[in-house]
Amino acid sequence: MGEVSAGEPERREARDEAGERELGEARDEAGEPVIATRALTKRYRGGQLAVDGLDLTVPAGSVFGFLGPNGSGKTTTIRMLMGLIEPTSGTARVLGQPMPRATRAVLPHVGALIEGPALYGFLSGRDNLIRYDSADPSADPRTRRARVAAALDRVGLTAAAGKKAKAYSLGMKQRLGLAAALLQPRRLLVLDEPTNGLDPQGMREIRSLVRELASDGTTVFLSSHLLDEIEQVCTHAAVMAQGRLITQGPVGELSAGARGRLVVTTPDPAEAARVLKEQGVGDVVVADDRVTGEPPDRDLAEVNAALVTAGVRVRGFTVQRASLEDAFVALTGEGFDVAG
Amino acid sequence: MSRAEPSAPQGRGELRDRPQTARARRTTFRATLLRNELLTTFRRWRTVALLAVLAAVPVLVGIAVKIETGDGSSADGGGGGPAFISQITNNGLFLVFTALAATLPFFLPMAVGVVAGDAIAGEANSGTLRYLLVAPAGRSRLLITKYATVVIFCLAATLVVAVSALTVGALLFPLGDLTTISGTQISFAEGLGRALLIALAVAASLIGVAALGLFVSTLTGSGIAAMATTVGLLITVQILDQIPQLHVLQPYFFSHYWLSFADLMREPVYWDDLAKNLGLQALYAAVFGSAAWARFTAKDITA
Repeated sequence: MGEVSAGEPERREARDEAGERELGEARDEAGEPVIATRALTKRYRGGQLAVDGLDLTVPAGSVFGFLGPNGSGKTTTIRMLMGLIEPTSGTARVLGQPMPRATRAVLPHVGALIEGPALYGFLSGRDNLIRYDSADPSADPRTRRARVAAALDRVGLTAAAGKKAKAYSLGMKQRLGLAAALLQPRRLLVLDEPTNGLDPQGMREIRSLVRELASDGTTVFLSSHLLDEIEQVCTHAAVMAQGRLITQGPVGELSAGARGRLVVTTPDPAEAARVLKEQGVGDVVVADDRVTGEPPDRDLAEVNAALVTAGVRVRGFTVQRASLEDAFVALTGEGFDVAG
Repeated sequence: MSRAEPSAPQGRGELRDRPQTARARRTTFRATLLRNELLTTFRRWRTVALLAVLAAVPVLVGIAVKIETGDGSSADGGGGGPAFISQITNNGLFLVFTALAATLPFFLPMAVGVVAGDAIAGEANSGTLRYLLVAPAGRSRLLITKYATVVIFCLAATLVVAVSALTVGALLFPLGDLTTISGTQISFAEGLGRALLIALAVAASLIGVAALGLFVSTLTGSGIAAMATTVGLLITVQILDQIPQLHVLQPYFFSHYWLSFADLMREPVYWDDLAKNLGLQALYAAVFGSAAWARFTAKDITA
């Protein structure tokens, strides 16, 4: 509960930032997108079509939310972008270069957290990072210790750096995975479900970290099943379902597509529902003292006046802004069938 | 303070001198993954346990021989047991040869099979493979690093057996000049040299198993499955090598010339089978190394 109310100002802040970034991006429009796929398709050997003709464009400097229910092809897409899986057909370009051909040139500029962290349990948190850093041929070994310490500090793991990773909690492992993605300054961060296993405080920290990175100019590609998380931090989003891209664009435009709902709070719900139907409100639903419906295409002040004229005692009269979830339901015609 | 000061001018100089240091730096960077891989492998509890088992074999053999001959009788009455066992009581150095002959058919290749089988599959199993590749380690670079590490493990494992045997032999039995298989006498120093050569020959005998294990490791996402398959193949080949009807195939079994290392104890050394063994190991390394490379560089990493 506290988390929800505290999230409200944050949300507004994110909106403002989003607005600013959209302006900045308009200037950069000539610049190449950070991720661009053309008809990207992956059919697994079993014949299962995991990703089907994906045309994804992630603008530079955006915080890009990648949404979709489990099994919709998000992870397969991310793996193709990271050069782990060869596409069946189509092309993927990351930072302007073709993948998977240019992995050695592209990936040093990309930090990634894919399908949760994977660690060497018998190594300490610090040694895990040292190992991942030495796997990168472009990483300077002379600055390794300092960069590892900085990454640990950034995710708040300095105190636990010497502990064996198998003794870490899920949240600590997640943080260590994030630290591995932050070992070097990156141009693109790919974060697959970064807040999994974190407590509300940890989730807030990750959100502020993402914003901080984005304000430094890093493009963040964030996959999540938590719609409100995407809404809070993302400037752009794409929605996938059953291997296909349903929509993509600035978050504001996506949720604008779905209309808000009119909510009337009243001790006379039955009467209110009748009047609202007369006034052209569609899909009227009565629940206790709340009557909700799709607002009509006329001035809502008149609707309210009609209610009052009919003797309905009105306690509250508002239009609830459409959430991304409403947009998602409107787009796919189905619920977002993952437990938040 | 004093630590920060020298590094600062160095940092500035480095910018100016970049063209000169570029080459040196690239080699440092290349070795860095191998060094880390070695550290990681030898810090694994399993690796340490395997080496401990290998180190224990000469201790057991040495103590058994000591007890058996404690009453002053010579051990050559039985006639069984690994090569050279009857000569241990006269010269502790022979324990090195005996221990290597005892561990080469099974313990050593099993240990190598475990480490090689786990090399790629173990990383895939724990999910760390995707992070190494995204780092990006580079698929060929990672595979070569893995193979180099397994080969170094072959050498380390053989040396652990040899050094443990030499220590036990020196503690329990007299040391001195020794008699070769051909009946000639060589000095203790030359004997030590031969022992080292034999250890190298034994380590080289394991190169084929290492390549085979690495190939199996690229086929599966389960470290246990890869280890079991490699060790299973090892046992199968050893059995097939005993079936006379298969004599046409036997020269191509990686274990066929393994015991040729004993020829290093002849005077003069009989090189024929030793050379055949090395050639065969190189062939296995080439064939299964290429197969592993072809498989690993084209594989979809879904783990």
